Amino acid sequence: MTGILASGTATVSAGETFAFWLLGGLCVLGALGMLFSRKAVHSALWIATTMVSLAVLYLVNAAPFLSMVQIIVYTGAVMMLFLFVLMLVGVDASDSLVETIKGQRLAAVVAGITFGVLLVAGVGGLVVNQVVGLQTPTEAAGGNVQAIARLIFGRYVLAFEVTSALLITAALGAMVYTHRERLVRKPTQRMLSEARFRSDSVPRTPLPSPGVYANHNAVDTPALLPDGSPLLDSVPVPFQVEGAARTFRTADGRAVTATFSADDADGEGTA
Amino acid sequence: MNPINYIYLSAVLFSIGAFGVLFRRNAIVVFMCIELMLNAANLAFVAFARINGTLDGQVVAFFVMVVAAAEVVIGLAIIMSIFSVRRSASIDDVNLLRS
Repeated sequence: MTGILASGTATVSAGETFAFWLLGGLCVLGALGMLFSRKAVHSALWIATTMVSLAVLYLVNAAPFLSMVQIIVYTGAVMMLFLFVLMLVGVDASDSLVETIKGQRLAAVVAGITFGVLLVAGVGGLVVNQVVGLQTPTEAAGGNVQAIARLIFGRYVLAFEVTSALLITAALGAMVYTHRERLVRKPTQRMLSEARFRSDSVPRTPLPSPGVYANHNAVDTPALLPDGSPLLDSVPVPFQVEGAARTFRTADGRAVTATFSADDADGEGTA
Repeated sequence: MNPINYIYLSAVLFSIGAFGVLFRRNAIVVFMCIELMLNAANLAFVAFARINGTLDGQVVAFFVMVVAAAEVVIGLAIIMSIFSVRRSASIDDVNLLRS
């Protein structure tokens, strides 16, 4: 911990310079990767790289508390939420290339580059004569977390209270937005059962179980009908692979071959 | 190295995020770009806190994170509710208010 507290001093060490260029490069790489990934999942992974690199940069800048919060809140909670929604929306959802507004992409490129140049030029006007460093306030409070706690529960306590109201509102809002009113009554078990017995397509009895033979008892081995032909319906649906053939030997020594065709249940068996 | 480099990095990241908001059509990726801009602002806050020698910047960055978390929750809920109606996460498909 002393190593962390020692960082964020007024002077910049060679190690920090190295960390800055390495992590800064990773940050920009992750941001560009997010920008130019065709798939949204790849974008999410790239920006997670950026966020973790930023967390380490916070650590370098004498903000160990923010660094941990960054990892827990951003890469832990926010990115999980993003990936969760991505899985719900569809992983392969990628951007359309249709321009709704003519020339919007070009205008976006021009605007983005101009904005970046202006921002960097504006920052370039800043003059940092001397870096004060965070050693004095941190050591006065006995540590970074203690110093931040003093500020949050002291000078910024009102903002902190308002934050709790914001979080509750956000949670309620999310529930309201994703809640869907049921249009029809939820079917009970009795209604489902009656519907099943009235329909012709759903079997009313349990399906027959797969066959068990002296040499074969795998679930993809069909049972035998009274006439000696295999009953393909007795094989669980996931094993009814089109074109799959299963040869097995019955008790009286006959070799039976069951082949599943495209409309699964109607495959043929040869004795 | 001058700590002002952190501000330059923050400006670059913010520009990439702003460009992404204009460029990408997938609503979720647009949201990620907004998150990137918030992160860039946080980096600037942390760097300024160190330059000025006060911890207020770190506290503000902490509040930004809280607001960002709330914003993500609401934004993704809106995306989900739009998706459940329109079956699409593209921001071009949300044009009900257009005549």
